[in-house]
Amino acid sequence: MGHSMPNIRKYGELFLVFFKIGAFTFGGGYAMIPLIRNEVVRKREWLNENEFMDMLAIAQSIPGPIALNTALFVGNKRLGFKGSLFSAAGIILPSFIFILFIAILFSQFSDNPFVERIFKGIRPAVVALIAAPLLGLGRSAGVNRRNLWIPVAVALAVWLLKISPVWIILAAILMGITHLVYLKKVMKK
Amino acid sequence: MELIDLYIALFLSFFKIGLFGFGGGYAMLPLIQQEVVELHGWITVSDFTNIVAISQTTPGPIAFNSATYIGYSAVTEMGFAHGYGVVGSAIATLAVSLPSLVLMTLVCAFFFRLKNNAWMQASLSVLKPAIIGLIASAALMLMNGYNFIDYKSWIIFGVVLAASLKKVDPILLILLSGVAGLLLYSA
Repeated sequence: MGHSMPNIRKYGELFLVFFKIGAFTFGGGYAMIPLIRNEVVRKREWLNENEFMDMLAIAQSIPGPIALNTALFVGNKRLGFKGSLFSAAGIILPSFIFILFIAILFSQFSDNPFVERIFKGIRPAVVALIAAPLLGLGRSAGVNRRNLWIPVAVALAVWLLKISPVWIILAAILMGITHLVYLKKVMKK
Repeated sequence: MELIDLYIALFLSFFKIGLFGFGGGYAMLPLIQQEVVELHGWITVSDFTNIVAISQTTPGPIAFNSATYIGYSAVTEMGFAHGYGVVGSAIATLAVSLPSLVLMTLVCAFFFRLKNNAWMQASLSVLKPAIIGLIASAALMLMNGYNFIDYKSWIIFGVVLAASLKKVDPILLILLSGVAGLLLYSA
Protein backbone atom coordinates (compact mmCIF):
# COMPACT_ATOMS: atom_id res chain seq x y z
CA MET A 1 0.00 0.00 0.00
CA GLY A 2 2.72 2.42 -0.97
CA HIS A 3 0.28 4.97 -2.35
CA SER A 4 -1.63 5.57 0.87
CA MET A 5 -0.50 7.11 4.09
CA PRO A 6 -0.06 4.68 6.95
CA ASN A 7 -3.28 4.54 9.01
CA ILE A 8 -1.79 6.02 12.13
CA ARG A 9 -0.80 9.13 10.16
CA LYS A 10 -4.31 9.50 8.75
CA TYR A 11 -5.86 9.37 12.20
CA GLY A 12 -3.22 11.76 13.47
CA GLU A 13 -3.96 14.16 10.64
CA LEU A 14 -7.71 14.12 11.43
CA PHE A 15 -6.94 14.81 15.07
CA LEU A 16 -4.54 17.65 14.27
CA VAL A 17 -6.79 19.39 11.75
CA PHE A 18 -9.63 19.58 14.26
CA PHE A 19 -7.29 20.38 17.14
CA LYS A 20 -6.17 23.42 15.16
CA ILE A 21 -9.77 24.44 14.42
CA GLY A 22 -10.71 23.96 18.08
CA ALA A 23 -7.76 26.00 19.29
CA PHE A 24 -8.23 29.01 17.07
CA THR A 25 -11.96 29.62 16.88
CA PHE A 26 -13.19 32.12 19.37
CA GLY A 27 -16.89 32.63 19.93
CA GLY A 28 -17.91 29.04 19.14
CA GLY A 29 -20.12 27.48 16.49
CA TYR A 30 -20.72 29.81 13.60
CA ALA A 31 -17.28 31.42 13.79
CA MET A 32 -15.77 28.00 13.03
CA ILE A 33 -17.56 27.36 9.75
CA PRO A 34 -15.23 29.32 7.42
CA LEU A 35 -12.18 27.72 9.08
CA ILE A 36 -13.59 24.22 8.75
CA ARG A 37 -14.49 24.83 5.11
CA ASN A 38 -10.97 26.06 4.40
CA GLU A 39 -9.34 22.98 5.94
CA VAL A 40 -11.79 20.31 4.87
CA VAL A 41 -12.98 21.52 1.46
CA ARG A 42 -10.25 23.75 0.03
CA LYS A 43 -6.98 22.46 1.48
CA ARG A 44 -7.63 18.74 1.88
CA GLU A 45 -10.64 18.08 -0.36
CA TRP A 46 -12.14 15.59 2.09
CA LEU A 47 -15.60 16.91 1.17
CA ASN A 48 -16.80 18.86 -1.86
CA GLU A 49 -18.76 22.10 -1.58
CA ASN A 50 -22.15 20.33 -1.87
CA GLU A 51 -21.32 17.70 0.74
CA PHE A 52 -20.14 20.50 3.01
CA MET A 53 -23.47 22.34 2.74
CA ASP A 54 -25.42 19.10 3.37
CA MET A 55 -23.25 18.39 6.38
CA LEU A 56 -23.90 21.87 7.79
CA ALA A 57 -27.65 21.40 7.47
CA ILE A 58 -27.40 18.07 9.31
CA ALA A 59 -25.03 19.43 11.97
CA GLN A 60 -27.51 22.20 12.72
CA SER A 61 -30.53 19.89 12.80
CA ILE A 62 -29.31 17.47 15.44
CA PRO A 63 -28.58 18.50 19.04
CA GLY A 64 -25.13 19.39 20.33
CA PRO A 65 -22.51 21.98 19.42
CA ILE A 66 -22.24 22.53 15.66
CA ALA A 67 -18.46 22.36 15.81
CA LEU A 68 -18.57 18.90 17.39
CA ASN A 69 -21.23 17.64 14.99
CA THR A 70 -19.17 18.85 12.05
CA ALA A 71 -16.00 17.20 13.37
CA LEU A 72 -17.87 13.92 13.95
CA PHE A 73 -19.31 13.94 10.44
CA VAL A 74 -16.00 14.62 8.70
CA GLY A 75 -14.16 12.06 10.85
CA ASN A 76 -16.79 9.42 10.19
CA LYS A 77 -16.95 10.13 6.47
CA ARG A 78 -13.18 9.84 6.14
CA LEU A 79 -12.20 6.99 8.46
CA GLY A 80 -15.44 5.62 9.92
CA PHE A 81 -16.47 5.52 13.57
CA LYS A 82 -12.87 5.41 14.81
CA GLY A 83 -12.10 8.44 12.68
CA SER A 84 -14.95 10.35 14.30
CA LEU A 85 -13.45 9.61 17.73
CA PHE A 86 -10.15 11.18 16.64
CA SER A 87 -11.74 14.28 15.10
CA ALA A 88 -14.01 14.71 18.15
CA ALA A 89 -11.02 14.44 20.51
CA GLY A 90 -9.24 17.03 18.38
CA ILE A 91 -12.06 19.55 18.57
CA ILE A 92 -12.75 18.99 22.28
CA LEU A 93 -9.21 18.97 23.71
CA PRO A 94 -8.07 22.58 23.16
CA SER A 95 -11.02 24.13 24.98
CA PHE A 96 -10.89 21.37 27.61
CA ILE A 97 -7.26 22.13 28.47
CA PHE A 98 -7.81 25.87 28.32
CA ILE A 99 -10.95 25.99 30.46
CA LEU A 100 -9.59 23.50 32.98
CA PHE A 101 -6.60 25.78 33.43
CA ILE A 102 -8.92 28.78 33.88
CA ALA A 103 -11.14 26.87 36.34
CA ILE A 104 -8.12 25.93 38.47
CA LEU A 105 -6.84 29.49 38.34
CA PHE A 106 -10.26 30.98 39.00
CA SER A 107 -10.97 28.83 42.04
CA GLN A 108 -8.01 30.65 43.59
CA PHE A 109 -8.78 34.18 42.42
CA SER A 110 -12.56 34.49 42.21
CA ASP A 111 -12.71 36.20 45.62
CA ASN A 112 -10.01 38.64 44.60
CA PRO A 113 -11.60 42.15 44.73
CA PHE A 114 -9.73 43.14 41.57
CA VAL A 115 -11.19 40.21 39.59
CA GLU A 116 -14.65 40.86 41.08
CA ARG A 117 -14.60 44.49 39.89
CA ILE A 118 -13.65 43.41 36.36
CA PHE A 119 -16.51 40.91 36.25
CA LYS A 120 -19.01 43.45 37.62
CA GLY A 121 -18.38 45.32 34.37
CA ILE A 122 -18.35 42.21 32.19
CA ARG A 123 -21.57 40.54 33.37
CA PRO A 124 -24.07 43.08 31.94
CA ALA A 125 -22.01 43.12 28.73
CA VAL A 126 -22.46 39.33 28.40
CA VAL A 127 -26.24 39.74 28.55
CA ALA A 128 -26.07 42.41 25.82
CA LEU A 129 -23.98 40.10 23.63
CA ILE A 130 -26.59 37.35 23.95
CA ALA A 131 -29.46 39.74 23.16
CA ALA A 132 -27.84 41.60 20.25
CA PRO A 133 -27.93 38.86 17.56
CA LEU A 134 -31.58 37.95 18.32
CA LEU A 135 -33.09 40.03 15.51
CA GLY A 136 -30.75 38.70 12.82
CA LEU A 137 -31.06 35.12 14.07
CA GLY A 138 -34.83 35.47 14.16
CA ARG A 139 -34.89 36.54 10.55
CA SER A 140 -32.72 33.64 9.39
CA ALA A 141 -34.83 31.19 11.41
CA GLY A 142 -37.88 32.35 9.46
CA VAL A 143 -39.60 34.23 12.27
CA ASN A 144 -42.35 36.45 10.80
CA ARG A 145 -45.51 38.21 11.95
CA ARG A 146 -47.50 34.97 11.82
CA ASN A 147 -45.21 32.85 13.98
CA LEU A 148 -43.74 35.55 16.21
CA TRP A 149 -45.86 34.22 19.05
CA ILE A 150 -43.72 31.06 19.17
CA PRO A 151 -40.42 32.68 20.31
CA VAL A 152 -42.33 35.09 22.57
CA ALA A 153 -44.28 32.30 24.26
CA VAL A 154 -41.14 30.17 24.62
CA ALA A 155 -39.11 33.01 26.14
CA LEU A 156 -41.85 33.82 28.67
CA ALA A 157 -42.48 30.16 29.54
CA VAL A 158 -38.81 29.48 30.26
CA TRP A 159 -38.08 32.81 31.92
CA LEU A 160 -41.19 33.35 34.07
CA LEU A 161 -42.75 29.91 34.44
CA LYS A 162 -39.35 28.14 34.63
CA ILE A 163 -40.52 25.46 32.22
CA SER A 164 -37.65 23.20 31.18
CA PRO A 165 -36.34 23.75 27.62
CA VAL A 166 -36.56 19.94 27.31
CA TRP A 167 -40.38 20.15 27.28
CA ILE A 168 -40.30 23.14 24.96
CA ILE A 169 -38.16 21.24 22.43
CA LEU A 170 -40.28 18.09 22.61
CA ALA A 171 -43.48 20.16 22.23
CA ALA A 172 -42.05 22.10 19.27
CA ILE A 173 -41.05 18.90 17.43
CA LEU A 174 -44.47 17.37 18.14
CA MET A 175 -46.28 20.48 16.90
CA GLY A 176 -44.27 20.54 13.68
CA ILE A 177 -45.01 16.87 12.99
CA THR A 178 -48.70 17.20 13.91
CA HIS A 179 -48.96 20.08 11.48
CA LEU A 180 -47.48 17.96 8.68
CA VAL A 181 -49.84 15.06 9.45
CA TYR A 182 -52.75 17.51 9.34
CA LEU A 183 -51.58 18.97 6.02
CA LYS A 184 -51.26 15.48 4.51
CA LYS A 185 -54.82 14.65 5.58
CA VAL A 186 -56.16 17.87 4.09
CA MET A 187 -54.33 17.20 0.83
CA LYS A 188 -55.86 13.71 0.54
CA LYS A 189 -59.41 15.13 0.70
CA MET B 1 -22.53 13.77 49.01
CA GLU B 2 -20.40 10.86 47.90
CA LEU B 3 -17.97 11.63 45.12
CA ILE B 4 -19.40 8.87 42.93
CA ASP B 5 -22.93 10.28 43.28
CA LEU B 6 -21.67 13.68 42.24
CA TYR B 7 -19.94 12.16 39.20
CA ILE B 8 -23.15 10.38 38.21
CA ALA B 9 -25.22 13.55 38.67
CA LEU B 10 -22.72 15.52 36.54
CA PHE B 11 -22.82 12.86 33.84
CA LEU B 12 -26.64 12.73 33.71
CA SER B 13 -27.04 16.51 33.74
CA PHE B 14 -24.57 17.12 30.94
CA PHE B 15 -25.83 14.18 28.91
CA LYS B 16 -29.28 15.78 29.08
CA ILE B 17 -27.81 19.14 28.07
CA GLY B 18 -26.10 17.52 25.07
CA LEU B 19 -29.20 15.58 24.07
CA PHE B 20 -31.53 18.58 24.13
CA GLY B 21 -28.97 21.11 22.99
CA PHE B 22 -30.66 22.06 19.74
CA GLY B 23 -29.49 25.26 18.09
CA GLY B 24 -26.09 25.19 19.80
CA GLY B 25 -24.46 28.00 21.76
CA TYR B 26 -26.78 30.50 23.40
CA ALA B 27 -29.86 28.35 22.83
CA MET B 28 -28.34 25.81 25.25
CA LEU B 29 -27.87 28.38 28.01
CA PRO B 30 -31.33 28.24 29.65
CA LEU B 31 -31.10 24.45 29.98
CA ILE B 32 -27.55 24.61 31.35
CA GLN B 33 -28.58 27.31 33.80
CA GLN B 34 -31.64 25.40 34.99
CA GLU B 35 -29.57 22.25 35.52
CA VAL B 36 -26.43 23.60 37.16
CA VAL B 37 -27.69 26.72 38.96
CA GLU B 38 -31.32 26.08 39.85
CA LEU B 39 -31.61 22.30 40.06
CA HIS B 40 -28.24 21.25 41.48
CA GLY B 41 -26.84 24.52 42.83
CA TRP B 42 -23.34 23.60 41.63
CA ILE B 43 -22.52 27.25 40.94
CA THR B 44 -24.10 30.67 41.54
CA VAL B 45 -25.79 32.65 38.79
CA SER B 46 -22.93 35.20 38.90
CA ASP B 47 -20.34 32.47 38.38
CA PHE B 48 -22.49 31.09 35.56
CA THR B 49 -22.47 34.50 33.88
CA ASN B 50 -18.69 34.62 34.34
CA ILE B 51 -18.42 31.27 32.54
CA VAL B 52 -20.45 32.65 29.63
CA ALA B 53 -18.08 35.65 29.52
CA ILE B 54 -15.05 33.34 29.59
CA SER B 55 -16.63 31.24 26.81
CA GLN B 56 -17.08 34.32 24.66
CA THR B 57 -13.40 35.19 24.97
CA THR B 58 -11.84 31.72 24.67
CA PRO B 59 -11.90 29.11 21.89
CA GLY B 60 -14.52 26.39 21.83
CA PRO B 61 -18.28 25.98 22.09
CA ILE B 62 -20.09 27.22 25.22
CA ALA B 63 -21.46 23.76 25.97
CA PHE B 64 -17.95 22.27 26.28
CA ASN B 65 -16.65 25.24 28.20
CA SER B 66 -19.39 25.13 30.81
CA ALA B 67 -19.13 21.34 31.13
CA THR B 68 -15.38 21.53 31.69
CA TYR B 69 -15.61 24.42 34.13
CA ILE B 70 -18.58 23.18 36.14
CA GLY B 71 -17.30 19.59 36.22
CA TYR B 72 -14.20 20.86 37.95
CA SER B 73 -15.71 23.48 40.24
CA ALA B 74 -18.71 21.41 41.39
CA VAL B 75 -16.29 18.72 42.65
CA THR B 76 -13.71 21.01 44.25
CA GLU B 77 -16.40 23.21 45.88
CA MET B 78 -17.56 20.08 47.70
CA GLY B 79 -14.11 19.89 49.27
CA PHE B 80 -12.57 17.20 47.07
CA ALA B 81 -9.00 17.58 45.80
CA HIS B 82 -8.02 19.11 42.45
CA GLY B 83 -7.37 15.71 40.84
CA TYR B 84 -10.96 14.64 41.46
CA GLY B 85 -12.06 17.95 39.97
CA VAL B 86 -10.18 17.16 36.76
CA VAL B 87 -11.97 13.80 36.60
CA GLY B 88 -15.32 15.60 37.10
CA SER B 89 -14.38 17.94 34.30
CA ALA B 90 -13.61 15.05 31.95
CA ILE B 91 -16.86 13.26 32.87
CA ALA B 92 -19.02 16.33 32.21
CA THR B 93 -17.26 17.08 28.92
CA LEU B 94 -17.62 13.49 27.69
CA ALA B 95 -21.27 13.41 28.78
CA VAL B 96 -22.16 16.56 26.87
CA SER B 97 -20.48 15.18 23.71
CA LEU B 98 -21.91 11.66 23.86
CA PRO B 99 -25.40 12.34 22.41
CA SER B 100 -23.82 14.01 19.37
CA LEU B 101 -21.48 11.03 18.88
CA VAL B 102 -24.36 8.55 18.94
CA LEU B 103 -26.65 10.63 16.70
CA MET B 104 -23.95 11.50 14.17
CA THR B 105 -22.88 7.85 13.96
CA LEU B 106 -26.48 6.90 13.18
CA VAL B 107 -26.80 9.70 10.62
CA CYS B 108 -23.60 8.60 8.87
CA ALA B 109 -24.56 4.93 8.97
CA PHE B 110 -27.95 5.38 7.36
CA PHE B 111 -27.12 8.60 5.63
CA PHE B 112 -30.67 9.83 5.70
CA ARG B 113 -31.15 12.67 3.32
CA LEU B 114 -32.11 14.64 6.38
CA LYS B 115 -31.96 17.95 4.65
CA ASN B 116 -34.76 17.04 2.26
CA ASN B 117 -36.67 14.72 4.55
CA ALA B 118 -40.25 16.00 5.01
CA TRP B 119 -40.51 14.78 8.61
CA MET B 120 -37.22 16.43 9.53
CA GLN B 121 -38.35 19.67 7.90
CA ALA B 122 -41.67 19.51 9.75
CA SER B 123 -39.93 19.01 13.11
CA LEU B 124 -37.70 21.99 12.46
CA SER B 125 -40.52 24.29 11.32
CA VAL B 126 -41.64 25.03 14.87
CA LEU B 127 -38.31 24.17 16.54
CA LYS B 128 -36.38 26.91 14.72
CA PRO B 129 -38.51 29.84 15.96
CA ALA B 130 -38.70 28.15 19.39
CA ILE B 131 -34.88 28.18 19.55
CA ILE B 132 -34.95 31.97 19.08
CA GLY B 133 -37.26 32.09 22.12
CA LEU B 134 -34.76 29.97 24.09
CA ILE B 135 -31.95 32.42 23.30
CA ALA B 136 -34.17 35.33 24.37
CA SER B 137 -34.95 33.52 27.63
CA ALA B 138 -31.19 33.08 28.22
CA ALA B 139 -30.79 36.86 28.08
CA LEU B 140 -33.86 37.45 30.29
CA MET B 141 -32.76 34.90 32.90
CA LEU B 142 -29.37 36.61 33.21
CA MET B 143 -30.97 40.05 33.49
CA ASN B 144 -31.23 39.74 37.25
CA GLY B 145 -30.14 41.55 40.40
CA TYR B 146 -26.87 39.61 40.60
CA ASN B 147 -25.64 40.75 37.21
CA PHE B 148 -27.33 44.17 37.17
CA ILE B 149 -26.34 45.72 40.47
CA ASP B 150 -26.96 49.43 39.75
CA TYR B 151 -27.53 52.02 37.00
CA LYS B 152 -23.92 51.60 35.83
CA SER B 153 -24.67 48.00 34.84
CA TRP B 154 -27.49 49.25 32.62
CA ILE B 155 -25.22 51.83 30.99
CA ILE B 156 -22.67 49.11 30.18
CA PHE B 157 -25.51 46.92 28.87
CA GLY B 158 -26.84 49.71 26.63
CA VAL B 159 -23.45 50.67 25.23
CA VAL B 160 -22.42 47.07 24.52
CA LEU B 161 -25.81 46.30 22.93
CA ALA B 162 -25.51 49.30 20.59
CA ALA B 163 -21.86 48.52 19.75
CA SER B 164 -22.64 44.86 19.14
CA LEU B 165 -25.46 45.78 16.75
CA LYS B 166 -22.82 47.84 14.91
CA LYS B 167 -20.77 44.61 14.61
CA VAL B 168 -17.98 45.58 17.00
CA ASP B 169 -15.92 42.50 17.93
CA PRO B 170 -17.42 40.80 21.03
CA ILE B 171 -14.01 39.95 22.50
CA LEU B 172 -13.04 43.61 22.37
CA LEU B 173 -16.36 44.57 23.99
CA ILE B 174 -15.80 42.14 26.86
CA LEU B 175 -12.28 43.39 27.45
CA LEU B 176 -13.48 47.02 27.42
CA SER B 177 -16.35 46.35 29.81
CA GLY B 178 -13.87 44.63 32.14
CA VAL B 179 -11.82 47.83 32.11
CA ALA B 180 -15.04 49.81 32.68
CA GLY B 181 -15.84 47.63 35.70
CA LEU B 182 -12.38 48.26 37.11
CA LEU B 183 -12.79 52.02 36.71
CA LEU B 184 -16.48 52.34 37.72
CA TYR B 185 -16.45 50.17 40.80
CA SER B 186 -14.23 50.77 43.77
CA ALA B 187 -13.15 47.95 46.04
